[in-house]
Amino acid sequence: MNRRSFLASLPLLYAGRLFAAPAAPARFLLVFLRGGYDAANVLVPLSSSYYYDTRPNIAIPRSAALPVNSDWGLHPALAESLHPLYTRGEAAFIAFAGTHDTSRSHFETQDSIELGQPQGTRSYASGFMNRLAAELGGRGAISFTNQLPVTFRGTAQVANVALNIAARPGVDERQSRLIAQMYAGSALGTQVAEGFAARDAVMRDLGEEMIAANRNAVTARAFEKQAQRVAKLMRSDYRLGFVDVGGWDTHVGEGGAQGTLATRLDELGRGLAALCNAMGDAWRDTVVLVVSEFGRTFRENGNRGTDHGHGTVYWALGGGVRGGRVAGEQVRVARDTLFQDRDYPVLNEYRALLGGLFARVYGLDNEALARIFPGAAPKDLALV
Amino acid sequence: MRLVAVLLVFLAGCATAPRQPPLEPIAWPDDSLAVQLQVLNRVSWGANRSSAAEIARLGTGGWLAAQLQPGSASLPPEIQARIDEMSISRRSLVDLGAELENRRLALQKAAADERKAERQAFNEDLQRLAREAQTRMLLRALYSPNQLEDQLTWFWLNHFNVFQYKGPLRALVADYEERAIRPHVLGRFRELLGATARHPAMLIYLDNARNSAGRINENYARELMELHTLGVDGGYTQADVEALARILTGWSLDLASGELARFYPRRHDYSDKLFLGRTVKGSGARELDVALDMLAQHPATARFVSRKLAMFFVADEPGDALVARMSQSFLDTSGDIPSVLRTMFASPEFRASLGTKFKDPLHYALSALRLVLDERALPDAQPVIGALARMGEPLYARATPDGYPLTRADWASPGQLATRFEIARGVAYRVPVRIWDAPLGALSDTTRGTLAQASSPQEWNLLLLSSPEFMVR
Repeated sequence: MNRRSFLASLPLLYAGRLFAAPAAPARFLLVFLRGGYDAANVLVPLSSSYYYDTRPNIAIPRSAALPVNSDWGLHPALAESLHPLYTRGEAAFIAFAGTHDTSRSHFETQDSIELGQPQGTRSYASGFMNRLAAELGGRGAISFTNQLPVTFRGTAQVANVALNIAARPGVDERQSRLIAQMYAGSALGTQVAEGFAARDAVMRDLGEEMIAANRNAVTARAFEKQAQRVAKLMRSDYRLGFVDVGGWDTHVGEGGAQGTLATRLDELGRGLAALCNAMGDAWRDTVVLVVSEFGRTFRENGNRGTDHGHGTVYWALGGGVRGGRVAGEQVRVARDTLFQDRDYPVLNEYRALLGGLFARVYGLDNEALARIFPGAAPKDLALV
Repeated sequence: MRLVAVLLVFLAGCATAPRQPPLEPIAWPDDSLAVQLQVLNRVSWGANRSSAAEIARLGTGGWLAAQLQPGSASLPPEIQARIDEMSISRRSLVDLGAELENRRLALQKAAADERKAERQAFNEDLQRLAREAQTRMLLRALYSPNQLEDQLTWFWLNHFNVFQYKGPLRALVADYEERAIRPHVLGRFRELLGATARHPAMLIYLDNARNSAGRINENYARELMELHTLGVDGGYTQADVEALARILTGWSLDLASGELARFYPRRHDYSDKLFLGRTVKGSGARELDVALDMLAQHPATARFVSRKLAMFFVADEPGDALVARMSQSFLDTSGDIPSVLRTMFASPEFRASLGTKFKDPLHYALSALRLVLDERALPDAQPVIGALARMGEPLYARATPDGYPLTRADWASPGQLATRFEIARGVAYRVPVRIWDAPLGALSDTTRGTLAQASSPQEWNLLLLSSPEFMVR
C-alpha cells in the first residue's frame, strides 16, 4: 500500500483545532525512557538546599547547571542539544509529573502508564496510544521498536519496525504476496500486510542510507542515527509514533555533571536535536513528549546512585510547543514536601495532562478524550 | 574469619531436602503420530524425524516421563567435541574470573590512552566467552535428547534473568547457566533460588554486591520478590523491600581472589528485621537462607511460578483452575519442579492447548533449524545468534530483569512477522529439497494452495516456514 497517497486522501479526518498548520496532520511522538531516569539530576532544583544536603556525591553543582529559571537548572550534558531548544522556546518541562501507581516496580509502572487506564483496572488489550490512533482514524501509527509496545496494543492497526537493525529484504515482491495470501482473512492477516507495508516504507524513505550505515559497527551515536530515521519516517509516512530508550536505572555510580547519567543524557539529547533538525518544516506541527515510569529517590543511596522513586519530569518538545518554561503545578523542593519522605510527589497526573495536550493538538472533544483516558478529567497545561 | 565465611557460603549452598519418589507415568490414551508431533512441538524446541522416532518408540506417556527424570544428556560426539573445546568448558570460573578480574584491575590503573592493545584483547576475550556460551546453548537446544531440561534451562535463565553486557557478565553467563541454573531446572525451586542468589552474575547484575549496612541498595531485594518469587501482587510492601535489602547486606564476591560469592560480616546489618510479618533475627550470613526459605514456601510464590510455567507450556492466559492445581503440587512437594510439571502435562488443559501457543523468536528459529538440520551438525552458530538479535530475543541479552515476555501479543507484531519471514528465507534457501512437513500438522487449503505456487523447493520451504501453521507450537 502506498501510505503517502493513502494519508493524502484522508485530510478530513484530522479536521479540528490543529494548533499550527491546520492543513497538515499534527504529529505526535512519545519517547519512553525505560528504567526511571533520575529527573532530579536533569531538571535540577537549584534553589533547594535539601537537594545539595542529600546528594553529597552526585548533585549537579549550581555553577555547572544550565539556566532554566530561578528555581531550576538543566544538566550540563544537554548544553548543545536540549538547552538550545529550551531557550528558543521549543521545549517545556513538566515537573512533578507521573502516575499514582506506587508499586515502584519498573514493569508494573511502565505497563500502567502505557495502558493509561483508571487506577485499579488493567486490561492488556488496550493501550492509550492505540486508543488515540483509533480516534485519529486508525492509520498512520508506528512504533520504532522491535516489539509492539503495550501502549500500542488494541484495535487500531499499528506498524512496528526496529531501526537499529536493518537489511535489504530478501523476500521479494512475489513471495511477499504469496505469504500475505496465506494469512488473508486470518487473525494475523492485517499484521502481515502491515509488516510488509512498513518494510516498504522504510526502504522507500531510508533505503540506501540505512543499508550503508548498517555496514558500520554500532556506535555511541546509535540513538542519534535512529532518531534521524524516525524523523524521516514521521515526516513522510506516519504521524503517530513511539520509541523507547533504555539504560536509566542508575542504582550505582550515577555520576553528577559527568559520569554514567551524563553520557546517557548526552546521547539522548543529541538524538532529540537530530530529530528536530531532520523533521525540517514538519517540526512546526510536531510534538515530542519524553516520559519515564517514575523518578528516583530524592536522596542518593549508599552506592552514589539512586533507587526507585515516584514523581518525575516530562519534557514537551516541538516547533509549536509553548516552551521556555516549567509547566504544571509545582511545589517548593524540601524534605517536608517529599512523597513518603523519599521521592518527588506527583502533582501533574499523566492521564490528565496528556488528555489536555491531545485536546489542543488534535482538537479532540471531551467524549473522545474520555475514550482515550476513561475517568480522567483533562488538565490543560497549554503546552501548545 | 574469612575462612569461616567461605565455609558458611559453601554449607548453605548445599542445603537440600530429600528427593521426591519417582513420578507416576502419565496415561496418554490418544497416542497417534499427529499428537506425538504436537507434544514434541510443545515440550521440545521443535519436532523433527529423529525426535519423532524416539517418541514413537517410548509412547507419549513414556517419553514425557523420561523427559521429567532424564539421565545425563548425551550429545552427538561431533557436537560434544565442539563444546569440549570451548574455554568455558576447559576452565573453571574461579580460575577464569580471577584472571580476567586481575587484568581488568590492571587496565583500570593505566591511563585511558595507554595499553590500547591490551584493552582490545580484554574486550575480545569477553566477547569470545559470550559467543561460546551462546553457541553452547544453541547446540544443546538443537541436539540434546533432554529437550525438556533444555527448554527449562532457558525458561529459568529467563526467569532469573541477567544481562551479559553489564560489568564482566560476558565472562560469567556460561557458568551461571551451567552451575546456578541447569543442575536445578528439574529439582526444587528453592535450589534455583539459592544458587542464583549466590552466583556472581546475579550479585553483580542486581547490585547486591554493593549492598551494605548504611549503604543500602534495594535493587535485588525488590526484584527477588517481584520477579523471582512472590510476584508484584504477592502482598509485600515497600517496608518489606527495605527489610529484605538489609537482610541481604554483606553478600558480595571477590572475583580477583577466586571467591565467586563471599559474605562480608562487616558489611552486614545485624539489626533484627521485620520481614513479611515475621522477625528475622540479626545473625549474619544465615539470614539469607531464612529469607529465601520464607519466599520459596510462600503460597504467592507457588502461584506466581506455576502461572509462569503454564504461560510457557500451556497458554498465554492459563486458566485459574490449572494454576491452582499446579500451585497445590508446588506446595505439597516443597516446590519440586517435576511434580508441578507432571500436574500440568497430565491436565486436560495441556492436551487441549497443543498447537495453539504462538512461537516466540527463539522457538521459531530453533524449530526451523531442528526441522531442517535434524541430526546434521549446524555449520556455524553465528548466523543464528545474529537472527535472534534481529528478531529481538538474543541469548543472555535481555537488559531488564523481567526477562523476555512469553505471549503472542508480545511477538506477533507486524515488524516481528516481516523479520520472521526474512529469517525463514535465510533458512529455506540453504536446503535444496523440500522440508518434511508432517510436524506442521494438517495444512489449511490456503496454505496448500499457496505452496503449490512455489517455483522451486527453496521457495516451497520459504512458504512452509512462513505459513501460519509453522508460527504455533
